[in-house]
Amino acid sequence: MSQLVFDPSKVMDIDHTLRTEYLDGLEAIKAAHKVLKEITYTPSLPDKGYTNRSLYVNVGSLEIKEKPVTQAMKDVFIGGRGFGLYHLWNAVKPTTRWNDPENEIIISPGPVSGMTQYAGTGKSLVVSLSPQTDIPIDSNVGGFYGPLLKFSGFDALELQGKSDRDIILFIDGQKGIIRVEEAPTDPVDSHVLAEILTHMYAENEADLPNISVVSTGAAAEHSLIGMLNFSFYDRRRKCVRFKQAGRGGIGTVFRNKRIRALVIRGPKVAGDMNHPVDPETIAKTGIKYHKEIRENDPHQCMMRRNGTAHIVEIMDAYDLLPVHNFQYGSHPDVHKIDSSYWQQRCTQVTVDGCWYGCSMACAKGVDGLTVQTGPYKGHLVSVDGPEYENAAGLGSNCGVFDPEYLLELNFYCDTYGICTITYGTLTAFVMECYQRGILNKERTGGLELTWGNAAADLEMMHQMARGEGFGKIAGLGTKKMKEHFIKQGWGDPQLINDIGMENKGLEYSQYMSKESLAQQGGYALTNKGPQHDEAWLIFMDMVNKQIPTFEDKAEALYYFPLFRTWFGLNGFCKLPWNDVVPANNSEQPEAHKVPEHVQNYVDLFTATTGIKITKEDLITQSAKVYNFQRVFNIRMGKGLRLHDAAPYRSLGPVTKEEYESRAERYDQQIVTEMGLDPVGKTTEEKMALHREWRTGRFSQLMDAVYTRRGWTLDGVPTLERLKELGLDAFPEVVEVVKQHLP
Amino acid sequence: MKQLVIDFQKCDAGRNCEHECELECAIKVFKVDDPAQAALQIKAYEEGGGHAILCDQCGDCVVVCPTEALKRNKLGVVMIDKKICVGCYMCIGFCEKDAFMRNSDWITPHKCTSCGICVKVCPHGALSIVEVPEPAPRII
Repeated sequence: MSQLVFDPSKVMDIDHTLRTEYLDGLEAIKAAHKVLKEITYTPSLPDKGYTNRSLYVNVGSLEIKEKPVTQAMKDVFIGGRGFGLYHLWNAVKPTTRWNDPENEIIISPGPVSGMTQYAGTGKSLVVSLSPQTDIPIDSNVGGFYGPLLKFSGFDALELQGKSDRDIILFIDGQKGIIRVEEAPTDPVDSHVLAEILTHMYAENEADLPNISVVSTGAAAEHSLIGMLNFSFYDRRRKCVRFKQAGRGGIGTVFRNKRIRALVIRGPKVAGDMNHPVDPETIAKTGIKYHKEIRENDPHQCMMRRNGTAHIVEIMDAYDLLPVHNFQYGSHPDVHKIDSSYWQQRCTQVTVDGCWYGCSMACAKGVDGLTVQTGPYKGHLVSVDGPEYENAAGLGSNCGVFDPEYLLELNFYCDTYGICTITYGTLTAFVMECYQRGILNKERTGGLELTWGNAAADLEMMHQMARGEGFGKIAGLGTKKMKEHFIKQGWGDPQLINDIGMENKGLEYSQYMSKESLAQQGGYALTNKGPQHDEAWLIFMDMVNKQIPTFEDKAEALYYFPLFRTWFGLNGFCKLPWNDVVPANNSEQPEAHKVPEHVQNYVDLFTATTGIKITKEDLITQSAKVYNFQRVFNIRMGKGLRLHDAAPYRSLGPVTKEEYESRAERYDQQIVTEMGLDPVGKTTEEKMALHREWRTGRFSQLMDAVYTRRGWTLDGVPTLERLKELGLDAFPEVVEVVKQHLP
Repeated sequence: MKQLVIDFQKCDAGRNCEHECELECAIKVFKVDDPAQAALQIKAYEEGGGHAILCDQCGDCVVVCPTEALKRNKLGVVMIDKKICVGCYMCIGFCEKDAFMRNSDWITPHKCTSCGICVKVCPHGALSIVEVPEPAPRII
């Protein structure tokens, strides 16, 4: 197949090296730093993917110690999310909440992370007790911090305690120094702070790519939805960029501990730092996949040009794009924010991987944005993305179709430390409440939060960052807003509960699940809450029609959450699994699993660790951690069937206008699915029939999925299932489960 | 830019020579006594004729390299800085001509740098270094 070459004249003429610089105050900020604690240690590189030790830092007592990573830990928890959950379990009690000192933030890259030959291998997993859900949250994040942590000598970093002053934790993996510094005058917001710190801790220009900073921003101090930015140095743009550990408010926990930033200075990266047992297999598999991307990506998703935003128009075409708080699935103005626009607006002469060797390169970036509002008004900035979730969440779901406004919302979310997915969904909820009179100008303190009012939307975000006004209320998240509005008597409680798109306290991500039973389960039957990284089934259900029967869907809700969990145990990104597929994939049995790529992952794991596994073992490895996490949820007071309940907006049409927008489809379902005649029935009567049918069907799906997962109908893993997975070796786990078994 | 070219009017794809070009490259450039490691490879077709795998300095690899380890030198030749290279092999995967190579013993990849060592030893005088215009970078 001949190489498809992108026409550069399609791209806007913007200098990607120009932006406002923030280094003037660097020396003064550095002079104000005070060393609170410093220790030396012996840096080491991994052996077969593991360094076999983790680093514990108590930011309150300043205790710093190494802990061994045991064989038993590796056997059961593998790494990444598994190590995070293991450490968190040991750190907290059932009564611990997010802002207690014993809560931890754990960052762990996983044994494969840091590989440079295969796309999507620089991830790390961040785990903490969430301020939004009160259960463990896990977030899979790119950027360089995780791999550089491992190459500095640690398979995981545990942060516990609470400081009484703002601090920076600096790990120098070149010199073997760990230092806690007081940081009294450092800037707050990520795009300023990370640029300053990267230059402060790099010893020279060549050292800049060896620095990675974890930080958040002003909104994390005043909201429950704060996220963490993980930086990487972009050599072509000559600037610091970010990937986000977004979901669940880990940035809020970070600032509650008074951590201003984590800075790592890793060794210069080379291609064999993991010391894998079989570098030859890794090299061959990596090159094979690079070729696949070169040949197939231009004809498939165009990830290298558009990033994940390539699906905006696909979701719109299939009536699955969230519009106006998930009421509708498409909008005539979507063309203004679809990939044809982002392809022109994103810089295309850069190399946009968030770790070395990522030929998928979806970490696109927009340069040359002049900020119009807020504290950075007039600054020339670069914006990461927009990714699909941002275009849909900040855009269509809130009725914002002006791309420059969308970029500014994206920029401020990032630098303020706000999860874009959460912000998009909660703002869509707020706007629908405004539409339906649950909110009004008086109740929002003057903000006219009508659909598409991006200026009011931005002002709400600035308020969130300042901890003021209605923005502060919005920063509590959808669940707490629902409770607040109901308590104030501001509207019909059932309507408020139906349209507030959260489950377990976490906001839904940006796919409209109401016509996809599989995705309804993919969202609500998750461990951490409705995030598509566990089971993104909407495409295979609604677009590719690969899981047509009820049994297919239940099986998919067993297999895919486990398959996808595995990425987070090892430090992989999910995207290279199925966003580019082999040219002959559709001819393979079980094409929706992308069998050739599954084999790649099996090979890469074995080639790194020396542990021979099969594709079935991969699922068993995940099942151990997945069930452990389910029990962890139960231990913390959630994780039962009632907590998997879904808001009705995610299952079916809540309002008359929603029903009528799809009347033909819904009327037809009354005939084919319920065996009734819609003629002569009012819309309200038909809506009631749908509600009964749809909630019944969802409940039936829960039964089938729980059974397939080896859980009781209340969602509790059975003792047999725990035994099968070897989790009965943990008496505490068995104890939690026993209390909930009949 | 300097570019190595081969004239298949003169080269008979190794049918009447000892692949001196490959051997000389392997020994002098890569210090190994194995022509399979050479940066140019002459392949004969069963039906007659043949083709050469060699770098034409097109620069696609410069565009995709994440570390800027690949750059043109003042002669326009694409050179690799092994101190910066992280061994990701995107240069290999994105080379349409399969001219970027690797072997099991080295982490960093390698390719022809138009040095001309092979030119001198070709018994048929089929190889030459020519000066051609540098192509514009392609977005791939």
